[in-house]
Amino acid sequence: MELVFLFEQVLNGLLIGAYYLLIALGLSLIFSLGGIVNLAHGAFYAIGAYLAVTLAPSIGFGGAFVAAPVLVGLLGMVIERFLLRRFYRADPILSLLLTFGLAMVAEQALRMIYGAAPVPFSIPTALRGQVFIGDFLLSQYRLMILGVAALCVLGLWLLLQRTYFGRVVRAGVQNPDMVGALGISLAPYMSAVVAIAVGLAALAGVMLAPITGVHPAMGAEILTFAFVVVVIGGLGSFWGVVVAAIIVGVVRGIAAFYFPPATEASVYLLMLLVLLLRPRGLFGERIAKFE
Amino acid sequence: MTELPRITRRGALLGAAAVLAAPAISHAQSDVVRIGHLTPRTGFLGPLGEFAVQAAQLAAEEVNAAGGINGRKLEMLYEDSVNPQTASAKAERYIQRDKVSCIVGEINSASALAIGQVVQRERALFINTGANSDALRGSDCRKTMFHVEGQNSMYVKAVGRALVEKGLIKGKKAYALTADYAFGHDLLKVAKRFIDQNGGSIANEDLVPTDLTDFSPFLLKLRQARPDVVVVNLAGAQITNFLKQYSEYGLRFPVAGFGFDTALAWGAGKGNFLGTWPTMWHHLIDNPEAKKFTAEFRKRFGKPPENQAWGDYNAVKIIAKSMNDMKSTDPMQVVAHLEKGAKFDVLKGRESYFRARDHQLMTPMYAITALPPEKQTDPYDIFTSSGPIPGPDESLEAIASTPEEAACTFPS
Repeated sequence: MELVFLFEQVLNGLLIGAYYLLIALGLSLIFSLGGIVNLAHGAFYAIGAYLAVTLAPSIGFGGAFVAAPVLVGLLGMVIERFLLRRFYRADPILSLLLTFGLAMVAEQALRMIYGAAPVPFSIPTALRGQVFIGDFLLSQYRLMILGVAALCVLGLWLLLQRTYFGRVVRAGVQNPDMVGALGISLAPYMSAVVAIAVGLAALAGVMLAPITGVHPAMGAEILTFAFVVVVIGGLGSFWGVVVAAIIVGVVRGIAAFYFPPATEASVYLLMLLVLLLRPRGLFGERIAKFE
Repeated sequence: MTELPRITRRGALLGAAAVLAAPAISHAQSDVVRIGHLTPRTGFLGPLGEFAVQAAQLAAEEVNAAGGINGRKLEMLYEDSVNPQTASAKAERYIQRDKVSCIVGEINSASALAIGQVVQRERALFINTGANSDALRGSDCRKTMFHVEGQNSMYVKAVGRALVEKGLIKGKKAYALTADYAFGHDLLKVAKRFIDQNGGSIANEDLVPTDLTDFSPFLLKLRQARPDVVVVNLAGAQITNFLKQYSEYGLRFPVAGFGFDTALAWGAGKGNFLGTWPTMWHHLIDNPEAKKFTAEFRKRFGKPPENQAWGDYNAVKIIAKSMNDMKSTDPMQVVAHLEKGAKFDVLKGRESYFRARDHQLMTPMYAITALPPEKQTDPYDIFTSSGPIPGPDESLEAIASTPEEAACTFPS
């Protein structure tokens, strides 16, 4: 019987992986192309969640689902144009400080506008419910999150692999100077990449707002996990991040099953193990400009 | 080659001026009485700290409108206590630099412990408004530390009584989820004792990390274990997450909380609050003073006050009244006054007092039960309440810890 329960946790872990996936993919993209470790990424997730709470009463959850990522994407473009752009070639410590500062400003701003207490928000009635597969219990809403995350991953992969836009971005990751020498300016591509990355974070915020507490520190909460996923997956590797997100979700579920106090710690242990065995992460690529 | 940072003459002068000017700003007049408010305003207890600060502001305004303290104006200072180390440093600064007459606040039991050590050394007053751990009233009690917040024993015995009446304890097996830090461990110990004494048992217990936001693995375990009742010993933002996800997974086991703050249930959203929980006070209590406080708070801050607001509001009021009654701000005189059993109206219709043995406020509590989801139409009025526990003709000590459960000898 125990094996069946364990299998249920593994299945649930796959679902949880989708949580981290959207945020981790964006983090990885911005780092690969711009060399910026974006500590403000969690803030965009939090802003997405708050936008959902604010917009849902007037345009509905569906409306907020579309509008919030777009608005946050635009905000990301503005921040890229006026702040991030100055730091692509600078000492990484500077961009680290900048994005850390941005994260604090965003968190405090949310606290000033909405207050420190969690803001009430629930799953729309139409999306509520449970699905039973045999004796397994799954949340209908989480299955929807998994579906959306899978579509986003597929869309992003097609964008990066099958379009002109994607070819320039991938070339920019490996060798920005050569891209420049070919007469292509990376600046507009960078704006677009940041917009997509933070838009995905906001989308995660909208989708998680109904099932997790919407409070100012929610961004900081999820960011650490997203980083762990990126590190385990390997920098610059698209599928590495996807695989790592799933593994992290599954490991967490197994830890909660056997030894609950280590539910969160298990993920860090996993990271340690991966780094010892494969310092570049599971599927990390060699990126010339960071060597 | 490393280059040394260059210090310009102008920079050095500005720096020196700033250093010299700082102490001059800090205490200008002595015609005021200062209270230093110190509570977490960020982190997983931050949501509660906001209510604490707003309530303290309101109380101070009312004290000043009524003439202040011994004819002097009451001035409040506010700080974020962050963690035990910072709490300790800020408490020291309040006492030594700002010369506060009293420190009010705290929610985190570990930080309250640190502040307790500082006030012991400095012989300063501290009114704890939110830390529950029994140890603060037992092994770590202090001569100058008083507790408006209830202790874990009171929370457990108050809600326990309601649970026994609902038939959720005797002969039932419980599944306990406990926050994995000082408060949770203390609460689990007290809860276990109560459940054992009343003929129930805790069949499964999981310690949950405080930074956990996704409860789904635990919800699946709950479903497999099929307990008669789910015992929740969680804290802060954890409670909001638990409520939202418990309702998402559609589990039907009755939920019994042993530690609680109403703001966390409000934050879960419509239809997500369920179960029976203990509280020191809530905004639906039918009594003229409580109604006046609720109306005033709502007008100022756009939301009703909850139990944490109640704690800090009353702490400021109690200190002001004591100092006025004694015509003194001397800490030891106030301690003597409170130990003699001075009575206070704390918005419950029954006068409350501090027990001399461990400085715990003896006051009734309430057990609240969530309305069915479809009846939770108002964002705030989402529960029904028991009457006061203990009842009007019972001793207020009926739910507090006995000397055997938590013994206190004040260190000199």
